[in-house]
Amino acid sequence: MEKRELTCIGCPMGCLVTVEMENGEILNVTGNTCKIGDTYARKEVTNPTRIVTSTVMIEGSDFTRLPVKTASDIPKSSIFAVMEVINHAHAKAPVKIGDVVIKDVAGTGVDVVATRNIA
Amino acid sequence: MKSYDIVIVGGGPAGLAAAVAAKKAGNDSILILERDHELGGILNQCIHNGFGLHTFKEELTGPEYASRFIDQVKELQIDYKLNTMVMDIAADKTVTAMNREDGMFQIPAKAVILAMGCRERPRGALNIPGYRPAGIYSAGTAQRLVNIEGFMPGKEIVILGSGDIGLIMARRMTFEGAKVQCVAELMPYSGGLKRNIVQCLDDYGIPLLLSHTVVDIKGKERVEGVTIAEVDERSKPVPGTEKFYSCDTLMLSTGLIPENELSRSAGVDMNPVTNGPFVNESFETSIEGVFACGNVLHVHDLVDYVSEEAAKAGEHAAAYVKAGREAASAEEIRVKATGGARYTVPTTVSLDRLGDLLTVRFRVGAVYKDAFVSVYLDGERVTHQKKRIIAPGEMEQVILKKEQLTAHTGLKEITVTVETE
Repeated sequence: MEKRELTCIGCPMGCLVTVEMENGEILNVTGNTCKIGDTYARKEVTNPTRIVTSTVMIEGSDFTRLPVKTASDIPKSSIFAVMEVINHAHAKAPVKIGDVVIKDVAGTGVDVVATRNIA
Repeated sequence: MKSYDIVIVGGGPAGLAAAVAAKKAGNDSILILERDHELGGILNQCIHNGFGLHTFKEELTGPEYASRFIDQVKELQIDYKLNTMVMDIAADKTVTAMNREDGMFQIPAKAVILAMGCRERPRGALNIPGYRPAGIYSAGTAQRLVNIEGFMPGKEIVILGSGDIGLIMARRMTFEGAKVQCVAELMPYSGGLKRNIVQCLDDYGIPLLLSHTVVDIKGKERVEGVTIAEVDERSKPVPGTEKFYSCDTLMLSTGLIPENELSRSAGVDMNPVTNGPFVNESFETSIEGVFACGNVLHVHDLVDYVSEEAAKAGEHAAAYVKAGREAASAEEIRVKATGGARYTVPTTVSLDRLGDLLTVRFRVGAVYKDAFVSVYLDGERVTHQKKRIIAPGEMEQVILKKEQLTAHTGLKEITVTVETE
């Protein structure tokens, strides 16, 4: 039996969660104090995902960088492929929160959107 | 200069939430003074997500969280002045400020809300030997350079201190192609949030060296590397444990200090533990009508708590302007921190002014596992809450009902403590 120790990041509690696995199957999740911990641990050992935040260059404004994020979480293994695309992207002012800056970034099916208003 | 009932010093998360709450509580004469060229404060450079889980039940980035409050300030037509530096707050609540358009001006306010935030502990406060080469940044300065200005401070990074900004920057620099060698932390525990250690260090295999510190910085024009050594229980470097790390940049994330120069010169009584003002249940300082909230009061790890406290400060400021200070019907109750709890906010409570609930926030001085947070009312234990872990990097809170306090006739002291059983 394989044991994986995780720190739940669902809230600031940071519960120490133990996942017991055998042949890639989850046998037991312990240590969590709520449902979020259980869901997080199961996902983290099978399909870990993250939201990526960064900035892109912006033209036509006093600001030089526009903060952006992936509209939803992407596979952890795609983070650096996503960053590569973000690093070559440009935006043009005006921009509003939620405006799509990159469509379907790095084949993840997820858009990169603006996270601040720049007039 | 137009006169105002409530002047708010600082347009960051605390100032914005205080302004919105004061306005909603019925005051129409509010002015926010902000020294930067935009509202939002430090949130503007905190482009990572994780803000607002408590308040909005979703994970926002810093700029998104700020915009929720900035939009409200604009909708509610609350006045604000940007690029404006407050120079002085007098004990009679006259606020002296200056900017390029108005020059120097004074506003005789009825209430003042202190929301100046905090600043980073600089290298000069750390006593690290070595020259003063380029390439040494506080983590927040580096964050501003990367996220707002669009510059990379360096390619090979060592971070001293495991505060949240340092952890966030470890990931940020990794995303931008830099190599983060390690994060060294003097204490045997991290000063940052657990989730940041997981998502910013563990995810990218960045080592966290607990009980380690930088003992030498190599390089005269530019940082070439640092020597890191293990420290003993008294935080003294252990000879023979020194190890050299090559790097072109050293980032410091070694603590935040509330920015209280204005509060001090106004004569506000300060808590030496938090470096912030002592406040009562209404977030009012020792000067009647002067309130404090956010990181100027005590350094927070969650902006949600800042907004919540600031909203209360705003409401109480509006109530004070409307009704003034009525004579209290009973003596104030003291709130004391002992046995592991380092401080409490607030430190006094008046039952007359208290709403239905009293939230007491505090931090501990060491890591406690399977310990209890207890509250005593004049020696009688009323709360005994088990916690799997309590750490200095995460603010704790206990919530007491007003009935509990009023039921205890003649209550003089509320004690918050951490017990092992």
